Amino acid sequence: MAPESLGQIFVAAVLANNFVLAMFLGLCPFLGVSTRLDTAFPMGVATTFVMLVASLCAYGLNLLLTMFQLEFLRLISYIVVIASAVQLVEMFLKKTSPVLFRALGIYLPLITTNCAVLGVALFQTAREYSFTQSLVFSLGGGAGFTLALVLMASVRERLQLSNVLGLVQGTALSLMLAGLLSMAFMGFAGLGS
Amino acid sequence: MSDLAQARTFDEFMEGIWRQNPVFVMVLGMCPTLAVTVSAINALSMGLATGFVLVCSCGLVSLVRNIVPKEVRIATYIVIIATFVTVVDYVIQAVSLAVYDALGAFIQLIVVNCIILGRAEAHASKHPPLKAMVNALGMSIGFVIGLLALGVVREILGAGTLFGFSLFGANFQPWVVMVLPPGGFIVLGAWLLLFAALKRRKEARLAAPGDGHGA
Repeated sequence: MAPESLGQIFVAAVLANNFVLAMFLGLCPFLGVSTRLDTAFPMGVATTFVMLVASLCAYGLNLLLTMFQLEFLRLISYIVVIASAVQLVEMFLKKTSPVLFRALGIYLPLITTNCAVLGVALFQTAREYSFTQSLVFSLGGGAGFTLALVLMASVRERLQLSNVLGLVQGTALSLMLAGLLSMAFMGFAGLGS
Repeated sequence: MSDLAQARTFDEFMEGIWRQNPVFVMVLGMCPTLAVTVSAINALSMGLATGFVLVCSCGLVSLVRNIVPKEVRIATYIVIIATFVTVVDYVIQAVSLAVYDALGAFIQLIVVNCIILGRAEAHASKHPPLKAMVNALGMSIGFVIGLLALGVVREILGAGTLFGFSLFGANFQPWVVMVLPPGGFIVLGAWLLLFAALKRRKEARLAAPGDGHGA
């Protein structure tokens, strides 16, 4: 595999291969929590943290599994690690910010089934990233996820004030919006590669 | 089996296909839905793989539903699902390397498809195995239909082909954006819009006096 610089990996993960808008990972929270800006941003940060922990653990686990030639257990062990990391974030948030904890509601435990988190772990394994590369990749992925969430939430907050045709309201409108955002992000294609 | 019980089983089966279609009504499992539907064949294989995992894990979850303590049930479900996904992953790799390369990491990402965990938690953990599997089968078919609806439209518009066969001849200028990420969002949005319009028309017709039996 051609050596990629850390900067390239980061830029590609944030913009050109944005997890949400270009690779379709983590769409459930993207559509679910993006109605308000003040929940969207913390959700992005929480997910980024889980990604970081999951990526670190996945790197170690992968070494261990390869050593014992147990690659077929990769998926199961990754998912268990992610579930524990989410549990940790949940306990931390409940203690420090109960308001935020309630605002995020069901979407907090659902980070476990956020494909973006498992996606980071799987992609870094598939691309055979080194330790620092994995770290940068997960940070970039998290930043990209947060960026997409914040952008979407800002647009949707504006939309609440405008007069939208009744038929289009709801999921259809969100999807069309996401389509337009995604089209804008296509402009970054080729950056960082 | 009495008529009533038979009707119930059928209802259970149809629920996932129409009234609670996972793609169009519940809008669940969006990530694989949008990512792999660039062509009809990808959509079909993804739907079948997900369906297999869904039916098998719902059956197993339903079998162990009385043994597993409530506190660790989600973890148990995830491990069951991950096991079947690993099986599917290796089977696809053995059967068709081309499909495996096209779907990429999204086969392994079936683990985190909300439809499967949602069905396991909401239905399979409360019903006997046969019923759970019938419901899961209906859901799978509904999911395949949803994926195909997207895959067919995107492939025809974006590449001018259907299942790899050229439709319009050499002069067709493909609408490339449809097979790129934005196309996925827009086509799904358009389908939802169509269903919303149909639903509204039906409601209007039902509300109109003297004309109660519209299609």
